[in-house]
Amino acid sequence: MKKFVSSALLKGLLWQFIGILVGGGIVEIFRVILPDSEPFGPFGFSEPAWVLGGFLSAIFFLVGTGVTGDWIKWARGIDTPEHHEEHYSGWEKYVNVSLDHKVIGIQYTIVALALISIGGLFALIFRTELAASGLQFLVTDMKLFGQNGPQLYNTLMSLHGMIMIVSILLGISGIINYVVPLLLGAQDMAFPRMNAFSFWIAVPAAVLLLMSLFLGGFDTGWTAYPPLSAKAPVGMQMFFLGVFVAGWSSILGALNVIVTVVRMRAKGMNAMRMPIFVWAAVATSIIAMTATQLIGLSFQLVMFQRLLGMGFFDPAKGGNPVLFQHLFWFYSHPAVYVFILPGLGVISELLPVFARKPLFGYRWIAMSSLGIALVGFLVWAHHMFTSGMNEYLRVPFMYSTLLVAIPTGVKFFSWVATLWKGKISTPTPMLFVLGGIVVFLLGGLTGPPNATVSTDLHLHDTYFIVGHFHDTIFGGFVFPFFAALYYWFPKATGRRMNETLGKIHFWLMTPSFFVLTFGMMYIGLLGMRRRIADYDPALGFDSTHLVLTVAGYLIATSVLIFIYNFFNSIKNGEKAEGNVWNSRSPEWQVPSPMPMHNYDQPFEVVGEPYDYGLEGSKYVEFAAPVADKHK
Amino acid sequence: MVHFVIVGILVLVTAILTYVGLDMAGIARHMNPVSASAQSVSIDWLWNWEVITISFLFALIVVPMVYSLIVFRRKQGDNTDAEHVEGNTALEITWTVVPLFIVVIFAYMGAYSLGETLRVDPNATVIKVRAQQFSWTFEYPEYGIVSTELHLPIDQQVVLKMESTDVIHSFWVPEFRVKQDIVPGRVTEYRITPILEGNYKVRCSELCGTSHAYMEAGVIVTTEAEYNAWIAEQVAIAAASQTPEGQGQILTVKNGCAGCHSLDGSAMTGPTWLGLYGSDVELDNGSTVVADDAFIKQSILEPNATIVSGFPSPSVMPPYTFTDEEVANIIAYIKTLK
Repeated sequence: MKKFVSSALLKGLLWQFIGILVGGGIVEIFRVILPDSEPFGPFGFSEPAWVLGGFLSAIFFLVGTGVTGDWIKWARGIDTPEHHEEHYSGWEKYVNVSLDHKVIGIQYTIVALALISIGGLFALIFRTELAASGLQFLVTDMKLFGQNGPQLYNTLMSLHGMIMIVSILLGISGIINYVVPLLLGAQDMAFPRMNAFSFWIAVPAAVLLLMSLFLGGFDTGWTAYPPLSAKAPVGMQMFFLGVFVAGWSSILGALNVIVTVVRMRAKGMNAMRMPIFVWAAVATSIIAMTATQLIGLSFQLVMFQRLLGMGFFDPAKGGNPVLFQHLFWFYSHPAVYVFILPGLGVISELLPVFARKPLFGYRWIAMSSLGIALVGFLVWAHHMFTSGMNEYLRVPFMYSTLLVAIPTGVKFFSWVATLWKGKISTPTPMLFVLGGIVVFLLGGLTGPPNATVSTDLHLHDTYFIVGHFHDTIFGGFVFPFFAALYYWFPKATGRRMNETLGKIHFWLMTPSFFVLTFGMMYIGLLGMRRRIADYDPALGFDSTHLVLTVAGYLIATSVLIFIYNFFNSIKNGEKAEGNVWNSRSPEWQVPSPMPMHNYDQPFEVVGEPYDYGLEGSKYVEFAAPVADKHK
Repeated sequence: MVHFVIVGILVLVTAILTYVGLDMAGIARHMNPVSASAQSVSIDWLWNWEVITISFLFALIVVPMVYSLIVFRRKQGDNTDAEHVEGNTALEITWTVVPLFIVVIFAYMGAYSLGETLRVDPNATVIKVRAQQFSWTFEYPEYGIVSTELHLPIDQQVVLKMESTDVIHSFWVPEFRVKQDIVPGRVTEYRITPILEGNYKVRCSELCGTSHAYMEAGVIVTTEAEYNAWIAEQVAIAAASQTPEGQGQILTVKNGCAGCHSLDGSAMTGPTWLGLYGSDVELDNGSTVVADDAFIKQSILEPNATIVSGFPSPSVMPPYTFTDEEVANIIAYIKTLK
């Protein structure tokens, strides 16, 4: 307990609180002194005070944890050792600053799981409200955190979106951070201090996002379109700040991944001999590094419109609300490829291991990841077919959007060909890989009707879209994420997760999820709009919504089983220190858990990564025999 | 080879079953809800082709996957690897080029279908639509009438010139299929030709705030004769309401006040107007005031000056600029609501 109290995490949170008081206090002093300004607002501080407080709180958090310590020392001319000795053991490593990419990877993963739980809880709350028409418990005359029922519904629905997005960004960073250096044969990421910084800055970002719930919330959805977002309560500003700060994590993390892959590959690992997951990590990082700025910028413009009266998106002052949508989607569409590319990489990485066959068309799959990333930059306005932008612009965006189907199709066909005539076994990670393929297929196939403008005019802003993108995100991220956790868990802990619980998790979650998204798409076609707290009983959606709510609870139950299995297996899981999955990949050629500085001996790449079935072939050869070789 | 033949047959059977199943669920050939506009015909036509393609591609991927899982599963005790097949360039090129071909076809069909929905009839009737949190107002400029319901004659194109006074809204009647956002500061157009009589609803489909879910209004498609009768009736009502309370009522309809203030005593986003005039109103600072002329006038012109207990603070009501006479007319109208 005492160790937890003195941890970097708790120190950071304490400093974050102080940062809010300092930043808010400075503004309030000026507002008290200056004439014609009302110093305080409905939530204590006035809006500008909350914004400066929130901004400083993130900086205070980082300084408080000590993650910037080495940089400050260097600036003062003090040398620090290249590698820090690990001061902590066991769980303490994870609540303190560490420069080890494996520790940071696990930190990312744990925070991602925590945020998934919070975002999922929000979803359950509003899913329960939707189980029947009429308002059940989020009623008009209730009041919580300065919001009545429907306002609270909007806040929870909006936060569900953004919390899940941040958790996905952290989840992929977790997997990439843990796995990529191991696959490359590197000792660590290229910039270990920046790596730690990228993780720790995501924590105050999550706190800021959650603070918006308590400061009046916001009723705009995660897209925060002005003018609505220019009028929302002060919670809106906390949301903007949270996303702005989280963006730093994404940008710096992506930069680190690209440099690591370019500079730190093992001898002999040329581009076409990299494990396929590395290709996916690079493709996703290119997008994250170059597009994230746009969401930060667009939110910052609304922030300034609110604080300083700059009318960027205010038609009364010559601003243009549609301009915001262009800036916003220029990031937010490519962002969905940031979410799914690593997941598709996990599918491609694990399929050959469990099919005992080479990955079919390695080069094509690698190039299709880059293809998706590049085409993804040219399609943003397909979110705006009904927005009132120039009518003729819709046609080129329809064409570019339909093109995404080509590289995505290459992946599906290559996966099927990999399975064909394999010797397939289906332990839990493989189940999630297969589930991911089918779910992502449904997401992919329901995409083109949204791409062709005329059908999208009907489907836009309905539950059809909600069902469609939940399919793409579950298939492209959630299923592969679980697959990756089940698969690499033994590498991190030396134990494996319980197979029976894993299978229950899969067989509970998958059918429930099919019911959920199919039901969503069905009522969407019939006229169920998205983002509504209540629906017309005359539409006859009550029974479908009840089924969807039950499906939602079943999914939540399955995730709870997973979380129990995850934490229980760390201590009590069956020992698995060898090459549990009989993989050719370098990280499985050494005993688990992975030692502190990864490989004791460097390895050289002497073959193709996925040559299963080729007699006598090897992917990597270690410089000296590894002492404890497991088969 | 046997495997390919079996899978080929299974793919076709599954594709057909999937399509038939979706069609029976009412989401293929006859898309629900019923199609009630000329514009929806080409949309439903394209949608049906998309469902056919989706059914086929679904079968094309899932059938060989499931087949492999059953037929090529690893036998107990077999620890050897499978045959070493790295890829096949001809196949990869095939499944890049063939889908590209299909995509080009759909791009053409999509553009054609979009063109159909945009077809302009130069004689289309103009109706002005005003969207505001959280109500719709429809103005027929030819006749000088205003309504909270949209009445349309069948088989005639109308063009809606839509404006928003506050945030972005979106005009969507599911039976008409087509959807168009309404952006403050500009006029967006929406062309529709109803082809089926009936009572529909326009439902705002761009999140516009707290009561977004309830931003709905009736859309009534009738024969031309019934439509003309309705117009005549509305013109007569407008002529009869030259009294202050009549003018006040028209103003409240025009400005969509009933979107937040009910006339039947129920609590919506704002306080009800039923029995409001002269009543004691409890404010959120604990004090009580009488709802007289001065109080109602201040509440209309400066919504944030006082907040009635139990309603959101700060107020979500946009500030209105009315002349003194207009305010007096509105108050005269509110007085009649007892």
